[in-house]
Amino acid sequence: MILGSFFNTQKNNQKKENDGVISLKGLSKVYDTGKVKVEALRGVDLAVYSGEMVAITGPSGSGKSTLMNLIGCLDTATSGSYLLRGEEVSGMSREALASIRNRRVGFIFQSFNLLPQISAFENVEMPLIFGGMPKKNRKERVMDLLERVGLSERMDHKPTELSGGQMQRVAIARALAMDPDIILADEPTGNLDTGAGGDIMNLFIELWEQGRTILVITHDPALAKRAPRQVEIRDGNITEDIRRN
Amino acid sequence: MHNPRIGLIIYLFLNSSRVQKKRAILTVASIAWGTLSLLLLLAFGEGIGISTSTAMQGIGKDIAVLWPGTTSLVWQGLPPGRAVRPEIEVIDLLNKRVPGLFGAAGEIQRYSAVIKYGKIGTNATVKGVTWGFGELRNHIPAPGSRFIDPMDERLRRRVAFLGDEIAKKIYGNVDPVGKELLIEKIPYTVIGVMMPKVMMGNYNGMDKDQICIPITTFKAQFGMDRLHTLIIRPDHPEEMGAVLEGVNKVLGTKYGFDPADKRVFGTWDTVESSKSQRNTMTGLKIFLGIIGALTLIIGGVGVANIMYAVVKERTREIGVKMALGARRSWITGPVVIEGMLYTLLGGAIGLLMAMAAIVLLGCIPTEGNEALAMLGKPTLSVPIGLVSAAILGFIGLAAGYFPARRAASINPAETLRYE
Ligand SMILES: Nc1ncnc2c1ncn2[C@@H]1O[C@H](COP(=O)(O)OP(=O)(O)OP(=O)(O)O)[C@@H](O)[C@H]1O
Ligand SMILES: [Mg+2]
Repeated sequence: MILGSFFNTQKNNQKKENDGVISLKGLSKVYDTGKVKVEALRGVDLAVYSGEMVAITGPSGSGKSTLMNLIGCLDTATSGSYLLRGEEVSGMSREALASIRNRRVGFIFQSFNLLPQISAFENVEMPLIFGGMPKKNRKERVMDLLERVGLSERMDHKPTELSGGQMQRVAIARALAMDPDIILADEPTGNLDTGAGGDIMNLFIELWEQGRTILVITHDPALAKRAPRQVEIRDGNITEDIRRN
Repeated sequence: MHNPRIGLIIYLFLNSSRVQKKRAILTVASIAWGTLSLLLLLAFGEGIGISTSTAMQGIGKDIAVLWPGTTSLVWQGLPPGRAVRPEIEVIDLLNKRVPGLFGAAGEIQRYSAVIKYGKIGTNATVKGVTWGFGELRNHIPAPGSRFIDPMDERLRRRVAFLGDEIAKKIYGNVDPVGKELLIEKIPYTVIGVMMPKVMMGNYNGMDKDQICIPITTFKAQFGMDRLHTLIIRPDHPEEMGAVLEGVNKVLGTKYGFDPADKRVFGTWDTVESSKSQRNTMTGLKIFLGIIGALTLIIGGVGVANIMYAVVKERTREIGVKMALGARRSWITGPVVIEGMLYTLLGGAIGLLMAMAAIVLLGCIPTEGNEALAMLGKPTLSVPIGLVSAAILGFIGLAAGYFPARRAASINPAETLRYE
């Protein structure tokens, strides 16, 4: 991995331990599909501090993705409170939520979710365009990001011309583009073979070492064990919260 | 804070996944077809409108036709019901005395006079007219001929001006000007033939079948000196009412009837009737426009349909953009632009086809066919262009707007959940 030194180390572990990035209180989510109501989250309390890396585990259908979507402002909670860097998110307007998704969170999906008809470069550029960064600054920024994930030579390739691992790297570069407060990854290795998955996990650990705050959902116990904090969810409740040192 | 960022919307539009070509072509074609129908219907409406108003003026522009009748009011001790029968001289009187009058003319008819030229014999209506009749009643002489002039009238010349049909009937393809003609056995010289005209209204028959001679000559030959008809034209059509009152005043003084008696003359005010004709035409145009617009709306439904499909296909793409922080307008804008683009492209093609069709239709000769002549030449005008552009724009906007709303209502979490 050629990553380490490229990341700015100002954003680092020196930040105060109690510097809360995310604070959830009694967060619940009910999916109302007309006939049945699914209680996907039943009053979750969770605090994530700056510079933490948290692995979220739990059986299928336990509510991991639901939690991630709420934190990433892709969806809104049924009840409860969500503070993002001290700011209450529940009840914000759609436009305000769009702005948070653009500036404050970086989302990484199991299925990459790159835009298929544009190049790797343009995919990474998209959040910068949304954020209103001038064109001349954008180019430098995108090149820098692609270099960090080791894909400089592939910047003109369309997603279909890239391997799964490479696509996920582009997605990670895209998530980092606006320098968000927190990186959210929902089973980022789920569609990759063990080798490529391990590489991606190494990348997350390096990012964490450089001071990023990261939440990552994984089914793989081995991968989960590499994270310094592990939160387990069952049936919409947090059942375990382990910190390793 | 709120900045729509048009440049970004266009960038997003250009980078969206493309619609299947075949589908796009079909959609554009349906809009083109709708536009073509709309334009042609409006153009025909315009053409009919023009030819109708030309035909309306065939009898004469802005005139009123007066038929002398009987009084209906008591006047200075005289009972109602007295006949008023103006003489030829009142025409001069009216021309001198009535303010705002462009001109007055008088006419006396004789039906079914025996006409002869060599061995050819026929019957026709002969009209004794004052010299101003030609201009007021739109008897335009064919090139190389003339209408009755003041000299003819003063000297009681035996000259005749023929309607185009009667001229053809008697002389065939020979030029009648200068030829002799017997009207009830008295010889006349033909001085003019009327240019063919489309004439929608008439009284006492069509001008093309009739013969005009000086009213003085007519009086001498037939011994009639009371006018059957008076033709009145004001300087300005909107002053018709005032001028008719002026006529009543002058004639009332001369013949002893109440100038307020409106029933002395039967009156046909063509200004009034062409006004209602114009309203009918406007109604027809609106009707045609609505039919055309409905056809175009079907095309618009096609565009909306394809845009719904596009939004559905791009659900994931839209979800990703939302996850990256796209605002509502950045999602809806490209959809609206695309719907608008299909619509306007189809509209432009439809316009070209309509122009081509109108040029081709313009090449079909209408001479000699009255139905075709009344249908007129389809005509595109600036108002038609504006109306069509407005309808197209509205349809394009609607066709993009509703699918765009669907796009904006996409829930990114739900969309990005599955593979
Ligand atoms: N959009 C939705 N509408 C209805 N029910 C939903 C929706 N999304 C999730 N659910 C339900 O909520 C519960 C939690 O789902 P969630 O996707 O959060 O689970 P998960 O822990 O991520 O599972 P997996 O490990 O399989 O991804 C499940 O029962 C699921 O069926
Ligand atoms: Mg999940």
